Amino acid sequence: MKKPSTILFGITAAAFSAFTYQPKEEELKLPSGFSAQVFASEVGEARHLTVTPQGNVYVKLAKLNNGSGIVYLQDADKNGKSEKRSSFGAYTGTGMAISGNYLYASSDEEIYRYVLDANGVVADPARPERIVTGLINRRQHASKSITLDNKGNIYVNIGAYANACQEKDRTKGSPGRMPCPILDSAGGIWQFNAAKLNQTYGDGKRYATGLRNVVGLDWNKQNDQLFVMQHGRDQLFQLYPELFDAKQSAELPAETMYAIKPGDNCGWPYVYYDQFQKKKILAPEYGGDGKKTGGDNVIDPTVAFPGHMAPNGLLFYTGHLFPERYRNGAFIAFHGSWNRAPEPQKGYFVAFVPFRDGKPSGEWEIFADNFAGTQNIQSPGQAQHRPCGLAEGPDGALYVSDDVKGTIYKITYRGK
Amino acid sequence: MLKLVAIAVMCSISVITMGQKRTDLQSSIARGKAVFENTCLACHQADASGVPNLAPPLIKTSFVLGDKTKLINIILNGLKDVEIDGERYDNPMPAFDYLTDTEVADVLTYVRNNFGNKAGVVKAEEVAIVRKSKKKE
Repeated sequence: MKKPSTILFGITAAAFSAFTYQPKEEELKLPSGFSAQVFASEVGEARHLTVTPQGNVYVKLAKLNNGSGIVYLQDADKNGKSEKRSSFGAYTGTGMAISGNYLYASSDEEIYRYVLDANGVVADPARPERIVTGLINRRQHASKSITLDNKGNIYVNIGAYANACQEKDRTKGSPGRMPCPILDSAGGIWQFNAAKLNQTYGDGKRYATGLRNVVGLDWNKQNDQLFVMQHGRDQLFQLYPELFDAKQSAELPAETMYAIKPGDNCGWPYVYYDQFQKKKILAPEYGGDGKKTGGDNVIDPTVAFPGHMAPNGLLFYTGHLFPERYRNGAFIAFHGSWNRAPEPQKGYFVAFVPFRDGKPSGEWEIFADNFAGTQNIQSPGQAQHRPCGLAEGPDGALYVSDDVKGTIYKITYRGK
Repeated sequence: MLKLVAIAVMCSISVITMGQKRTDLQSSIARGKAVFENTCLACHQADASGVPNLAPPLIKTSFVLGDKTKLINIILNGLKDVEIDGERYDNPMPAFDYLTDTEVADVLTYVRNNFGNKAGVVKAEEVAIVRKSKKKE
């Protein structure tokens, strides 16, 4: 009598668990041999992050969490999970980077730096040095992502406060402004001295222009060169239904990676990159029809991705933990689209592009997926997590931040 | 007896009127759905949940359920740098003043009676008044 009831209970429990089963947060889809751990959760609206040589993590927040905009996550026992956290910096922002003995952080107008002690800990969280001030912030594309070279310079994105530099922003029938006045103070990458205090536009140099908005950028040490990921323009179909249909508008223009040389022009707002025609196409606001080419002085992208996936993080991998093919390749965190509607949304994953001798050596591929926790996303609000920032640990692990629930993932490789 | 007949007649008239009203509302909602899909969906999304930090949801917010004149003005003039129920949204909304009074009324009526919302009908005449007062400025 006892046996059947046990069996019955077992069946019931199995049936129950089958219905209530939900994927756990750490169940990212990864290539064979890789695994992901939740390093920390609920840290706040986590944007970019950086890892100290000791393996602890600093995260910049887009919204204050208990009055603080930077979270410090410690993993003293090195088990891949942070057991202690503290926070400081009463300002919101996106940029977060370590160079030498300094932690750099950005608000949407300024860049600060903090001295790190021998243990990689911010010595005086209340008194950062202000490196750059007065950067334009008009809400749209306001985040100021940062990266540093090895010669004492810091690079900051100043996003264009418009979609396509129309006389009336995002308004059907409104023509493009010629020349686009936004490019004087935004729509590009500016270079500043990483050690000089209180610099503003006059002290810096417009390093690259014609970039609508860059959130992911990284200094490639192998090439000794800046690489950036542009967020392409929105709404080709909504603004020009006579030239584009909803399907074309979901795919176009490409989200583009550029290898930047000083003074480069990437084309916004006059041209965009069409990944199917493999051409720089004149923007409809400037007389384009989806076919006419333009931008003879504009550089070509290094890699072109499907439209609107919102690349928010870029990292060139230099570690030894991952298999050899990942070395010097690019990881890109795609925050996920909104402007593909009514078509299904796309992105919400970390992609990888293999590089050899400083150039892509293969097609892009999805590296880490299932951040959203669901396939067929119709609207971004349905995503459980959205990847935003990327960082490499001293052990070669890849850290990914999520700005929906504030999860920090640590991805490692253990072999087959 | 006469009294009863009168009551019966009055009742049937009010039933007919109510039925007519319901049909008006339903056809306004149906037309409004088409306007929403062509004009609003790209940013506010198919389920009206919006885009976090960029475009506000249209689900039970104080704006959507609130003052009609304010809503009509948002469609006719656009909206920028505004906080809605404690959240900020960074993408500006352009003016949709090319929509007709009926289209504005229909799309507002649709949104206010869909996506879990329940709020009053917006009439084309109300849109016309707001549009006229805007032109005088």
